[in-house]
Amino acid sequence: MKERKLFYTRFERFWHWAQALLIILLLITGFTIHGSLNIISFGKAVTFHNQLAWLLLGLTAFAIFWHFTTGQWKQYTPTLEKAAEVVCYYSRDIFKGCEHPIKKDVDRKLNPLQRIAYFLLKVVLFPFQVITGLLYLYSSQLGTSMEISTVALLHTIGAFAFLGFLIIHVYLATTGETVSAHFKAMVTGWEEIEVEEEPNRSV
Amino acid sequence: MHVGASSRATCGACHFKGGGGDGVKHGDLDSSLIKPDHGLDVHMDAKGLNFSCTKCHTSNGHQIEGRFYSMPATKNHKLAMPMDNPSRIACESCHGLHPHNNTPKLNDHTARVACETCHVPVFAKKKPTLVWWDWSTAGKFKEDHKFIVKKDKLGKVSYHTKKGDLGWAKNVVPEYNWFNGVVTHVLAKDTIDDSRPVRMTILHGDRNDPKSRITPFKMLRGKQVYDAGNKTLVVPKLFGPKGSGAYWKDFDWQKSVAAGQEAAGYQFSGKVGFIETEYLRPVAHMIAPKEEALSCASCHSRDGRLKKLAGFYMPGRDRSINIDRIGWLSCLALLVLVGLHGAVRFITSKGRK
Repeated sequence: MKERKLFYTRFERFWHWAQALLIILLLITGFTIHGSLNIISFGKAVTFHNQLAWLLLGLTAFAIFWHFTTGQWKQYTPTLEKAAEVVCYYSRDIFKGCEHPIKKDVDRKLNPLQRIAYFLLKVVLFPFQVITGLLYLYSSQLGTSMEISTVALLHTIGAFAFLGFLIIHVYLATTGETVSAHFKAMVTGWEEIEVEEEPNRSV
Repeated sequence: MHVGASSRATCGACHFKGGGGDGVKHGDLDSSLIKPDHGLDVHMDAKGLNFSCTKCHTSNGHQIEGRFYSMPATKNHKLAMPMDNPSRIACESCHGLHPHNNTPKLNDHTARVACETCHVPVFAKKKPTLVWWDWSTAGKFKEDHKFIVKKDKLGKVSYHTKKGDLGWAKNVVPEYNWFNGVVTHVLAKDTIDDSRPVRMTILHGDRNDPKSRITPFKMLRGKQVYDAGNKTLVVPKLFGPKGSGAYWKDFDWQKSVAAGQEAAGYQFSGKVGFIETEYLRPVAHMIAPKEEALSCASCHSRDGRLKKLAGFYMPGRDRSINIDRIGWLSCLALLVLVGLHGAVRFITSKGRK
């Protein structure tokens, strides 16, 4: 039996899309500062990049508050349980039209691979990029002992990691029931999921 | 006779004509500054602030500030309070170290980049300045033994029998170097390396010296006679009566250098040659209106003005080729991977329906 459930609350959807927009704009302005892109001037790119970074930090503060007050942070606790099945699914079974090995529900939105990926994103990559970014921004105030080259190169590595994440993330979002299913869910909040029929109701 | 406050023309009577003519030596100082407009220099603008030289070149006990050879022209870069510090020679004397109100990131630059670097985008804006002087071609005559004098498109002398080839330029982009304000020179008694152009001005300071800032310079390149045996620069005798060795009468470098070195009290091996030389002079005038100041990308780009200034990381100019290569290749590999994954998904799903 299929049932429509509210998977993503209004704040979650706003957070997701605002974050997506900010990260994409940070990538564009960042790679402009890096000299790889030449869409806007260096000076404008620096100004925008810094403003976007502060907006993202502000958004993140709200998101952290939201995750802890709602208890939703538990969704991201990493686990290896059934991780192998998920790997098998995406590397083989998906081509056979098999069912996803993990049944989603509102209290179990993420499969083991997503949990590991998002955990690394939030706990490792995100703070790494924030710290290197702040060191980069305040390098001249922090004195000459800090080499800007090291910070800049680390920040560049972080940017490539974000770009890599974005590529995989957008692609995997097409692997729902239909190509657009996950995108629609993230816009409307509603997702159609398979639920077990309650045995006592069938009497 | 006239007694009164000095004007730009007063100081300019000598300083605008250094090197033998208007604008020859400095490039950022010439007679166009007697009555400049706002576009030529924002401070000296005759219809605006109308600064005289002494507004900034303040003096203390008849010592006029701004001389920069063995001592920096500017001892400290800080705000000068009228009552306790009479010095106004630094831009910071009036503007302070954090003058950029609307774009605070620019204030992060003031410790390592001289104000003039961005605020004098080009110099010699109205009159050409000398950028090339090749003495080795001097001494050629017309068939009737008269001097050859040629002029270039700018109307300046590009060849003269007495001087050789001369190169002139307008709206010159400065060269940039780390500089702590101290400059010393290769002297006539110093041994030179004649295997490459001789840098006659030795700029002191470097990136690791906290007092050094990236500073704009006018470069004068040239070729001049030297003692090829002793490997020293020389003092040639240029003017005097015929037969005295004076080059401008006898046109014989051998005799000219022998006479000049003897008069100056230096050795001469007897062997002359020509050596290429470079002379750098700081640029500090012709401050452009702020709209014309350099933009970030003038330096923060792969091919910017500071392309040659090595030893430090500059965003927009520098990168690690390896990190970039690995980063872009990884992202490309991921794109290929998801592309293939998607293609196989598409094909296999067709088969099922």
